[in-house]
Amino acid sequence: MSQITPEVVAQHGLSKDEYKLVLEIMGREPNLTELGIFSVMWSEHCSYKSSKKWLKTLPTKAPWVICGPGENAGVIDIGDGLAAIFKMESHNHPSFIEPYQGAATGVGGILRDVFTMGARPVANLNALRFGSPDHPKTRHLISGVISGIGGYGNCVGVPTVGGEVNFHPSYNGNILVNAMTVGVAKQDKIFYSAAAGVGNPVVYVGSKTGRDGIHGATMASAEFNADSEEKRPTVQVGDPFTEKLLIEACLELMDTDAIVAIQDMGAAGLTSSSFEMASKGGMGVELELDKVPMREAGMTPYELMLSESQERMLIVLKPGKEDMAKAIFDKWELDFAIIGTLTDSGRMVLKWHGEVVGDLPIDPLAAASPEYDRPWIESPKLPEIQAADVPETPWVETLPTMLGTPDLASRRWIWEQYDHMVMGDTVQRPGGDAAVVRLHGTNRGLAVTTDCTPRYVKADPVQGGRQAVAESWRNITAVGGRPLAITDNMNFGNPEKPLIMGQFVGACQGISEACVALDFPVVSGNVSLYNETAGQAILPTPAIGAVGLVDDLDAMTTVAFKGPSEAIVLIGQGDRTGWLGQSLYLREIAGREEGAPPPVDLAQERATGDFVRGQITARALTAVHDVSDGGLLVAVAEMAMGSGIGATLSIDFGGPLHAALFGEDQGRYIVTVPESGLADLLAAAEAAGVSARTIGVTGGLAIAVNGEAGPAVADLRNAHEGWLPSYMAASA
Amino acid sequence: MKAAVIVFPGSNCDRDAKVAVEQSLGKPPLMLWHRDTDLPAGLDLIVVPGGFSYGDYLRCGAMAAHSPIMQAVKKRADEGARVLGICNGFQILCESGLLPGALMRNAGLSFICRDVDLVVENAETDFTRGYAKGQTIRVPVAHHDGNYFADAATLDRLEGEGRVAFRYAANPNGSQRDIAGILSEKRNVLGMMPHPERLADARLGGTDGKPMFDSLVEALS
Repeated sequence: MSQITPEVVAQHGLSKDEYKLVLEIMGREPNLTELGIFSVMWSEHCSYKSSKKWLKTLPTKAPWVICGPGENAGVIDIGDGLAAIFKMESHNHPSFIEPYQGAATGVGGILRDVFTMGARPVANLNALRFGSPDHPKTRHLISGVISGIGGYGNCVGVPTVGGEVNFHPSYNGNILVNAMTVGVAKQDKIFYSAAAGVGNPVVYVGSKTGRDGIHGATMASAEFNADSEEKRPTVQVGDPFTEKLLIEACLELMDTDAIVAIQDMGAAGLTSSSFEMASKGGMGVELELDKVPMREAGMTPYELMLSESQERMLIVLKPGKEDMAKAIFDKWELDFAIIGTLTDSGRMVLKWHGEVVGDLPIDPLAAASPEYDRPWIESPKLPEIQAADVPETPWVETLPTMLGTPDLASRRWIWEQYDHMVMGDTVQRPGGDAAVVRLHGTNRGLAVTTDCTPRYVKADPVQGGRQAVAESWRNITAVGGRPLAITDNMNFGNPEKPLIMGQFVGACQGISEACVALDFPVVSGNVSLYNETAGQAILPTPAIGAVGLVDDLDAMTTVAFKGPSEAIVLIGQGDRTGWLGQSLYLREIAGREEGAPPPVDLAQERATGDFVRGQITARALTAVHDVSDGGLLVAVAEMAMGSGIGATLSIDFGGPLHAALFGEDQGRYIVTVPESGLADLLAAAEAAGVSARTIGVTGGLAIAVNGEAGPAVADLRNAHEGWLPSYMAASA
Repeated sequence: MKAAVIVFPGSNCDRDAKVAVEQSLGKPPLMLWHRDTDLPAGLDLIVVPGGFSYGDYLRCGAMAAHSPIMQAVKKRADEGARVLGICNGFQILCESGLLPGALMRNAGLSFICRDVDLVVENAETDFTRGYAKGQTIRVPVAHHDGNYFADAATLDRLEGEGRVAFRYAANPNGSQRDIAGILSEKRNVLGMMPHPERLADARLGGTDGKPMFDSLVEALS
């Protein structure tokens, strides 16, 4: 066995202090396998050592929360004995190195987190951030990521129904690929990961273990492999077919009464799954590593414990259920191996052909994982941009330009490469505010969305954190859903830099405030730090994935105008005149990325959204769209493009017109209502203390504002639909 | 009518097919596992559903075509049972020789999932009697390999014999002569890339796929 030199320790990413703690816990020098286990268990990815302190401050409780953070995914009550189980997770670094497999395995990993708890996955979403379209790698990365997500999701047969895409130079060297899965389970068939029962068998199912994904830092060293094998890529390779079989086999096994605990082998593979299961249950484990199904000969205990081969699960079975369980996995032609036993020793004992090759205390290792209170500073407050200081451009020309900018252009080119209809329950397809997936065999549906506006978070982490949550709440509301809970995927730069850590702290604060105000708890999440290249951090990107419930699909609303001569009403404007700071107008038209972002008034947000939802439920509204990136006129144009029906607007907020049309004030919705229902709507708004003003009427084939004729809806569509396909078709 | 849906490892539209058949038939079809080589007696309709049978890491449908159950399906087709292959099912029927031609990679090389307009070319089969000849219907496609290819003589024969069931109004994938679905010589086997089972429910945005299942039930009950 190799000597554990300071170099070897450093190669395993452990600091001197951390290694001291290792020695204390072990009471001796660890061997290489044991050191590898500490290394991955205490990695930022597995231990959340920089973020834990702040994650604990997030609100995670509500009467409908069945299981909050800490399990494989969050679980909420959606009525009728059903639960929604969901989580979002990042696969940023692998996707930058190898976009197809990186993104594909990101989808595979998050699917496993959800079905391991007993849920059939019913929807996938993805929140993506790419670099500048002008960057030479961007096109290649988009192409690989989209086909990777599609290749995996399409094959497993789970519809990919929504998501978001931003472009910004800060992602040039570090794209973000955040994948979210939503599943549905019976509340009495939810499975957890805490191991129990001395003597119960520990079973390995799924794919065989190979050398893929073994900790990148550890494999580069020649000292580890004196008889050096060639370097293997650190990015894992996905096999969606096996995943599909694994879903079906696990759900079939879950229908029986055989499982004590189950956990997927995600990051850090067999190590983290076995430690987490044992730690949560206060058990010990004895693993016979030579029993692990292996893809190739000559694998070592070190490699088996650290491999991140995909499509594998670890299960603790009830005694006597082994044969029945094996028959199910045989039917699906998947590996099934009893690789160990639960003990009451509190220790992880690793054996290799009968010989002990590792012996570690479980709780001290898991519980003593480092937690840092990293120094942080607040981001400097930025000045409010005065609309009068931003040159006004003619809206007739600006509107099509805005609709064709990378951040606003249609994503159809992307979602048409995803099977978004398989399973036959996608009742609101991609392209709206939230996708809606029917609960199979019912008239209810789950509304799902992902949201974040990173440029706001950079400018003001607290407001940006609030805004990300509020926008997801708004998007669920706009389709008629009751927002229930969120998952957060915190993508930030290097937490050892106080300014970056301050962004994280601020975003957590903003998220917390919004969650409390909107009764919208965090039930699962993931943190991805060190998203930096050459010292250049990404925009702080706390992506929020949200789930809500549409209680009656007959009342569900969509973005598209439904007919001519309907009143267009803006809800939630109040007496604001238009906020241009950090707006896309400011960035794309004036070429300035400046100022404070629009503030989010959470009390007003709540009142406005509850009012809109009430009107939807009462079937008063014909179309609903929240106002977000690009502002009011962009939102109206999106409603027009959805239907081909134009709009004639009359806008006067008391300030400059460009601020009114393109300002990004928060907490607003545009709704349509038949003329006959207008008076009632306005009266109801007044009674509710919510601002509502009629801003126009639907009809015609073009957009007009304040008497000035504007572009035809067909031309807007061309601008909106054209950018991404032509960008992708062009050569680099 | 007695109906069945074949389930291969990797099938993922088997439940969708079941729902559509059940909606028209009033009772669920049998779900047959790929290893069930003895098909139940008296099957009137066998649906080979969409998905990625055996992963489709080889040519799409090539592995499934050699599965034992497909030998049994072929035999039933010869005996006159109706066989409907949708998407991967169409690929499997071509690979197994029940239908001529092959499905190649889409001309645009990308997976395409969207509604397309189909023109009904033959409304005189048990599958299509619910439509009118020349009618345009809206049905989704969702495939990476839906580019129908056959040699000119085969295509001429298919067209001459009225065996083109559906054509694309706007070709999404490069298929020869815009062919979206074809019939066997005896008209008892239909293979098509578009998914009629996906738009057979107003809640999902359309019902143009429903007449296919209704007409099968009417013809076979």
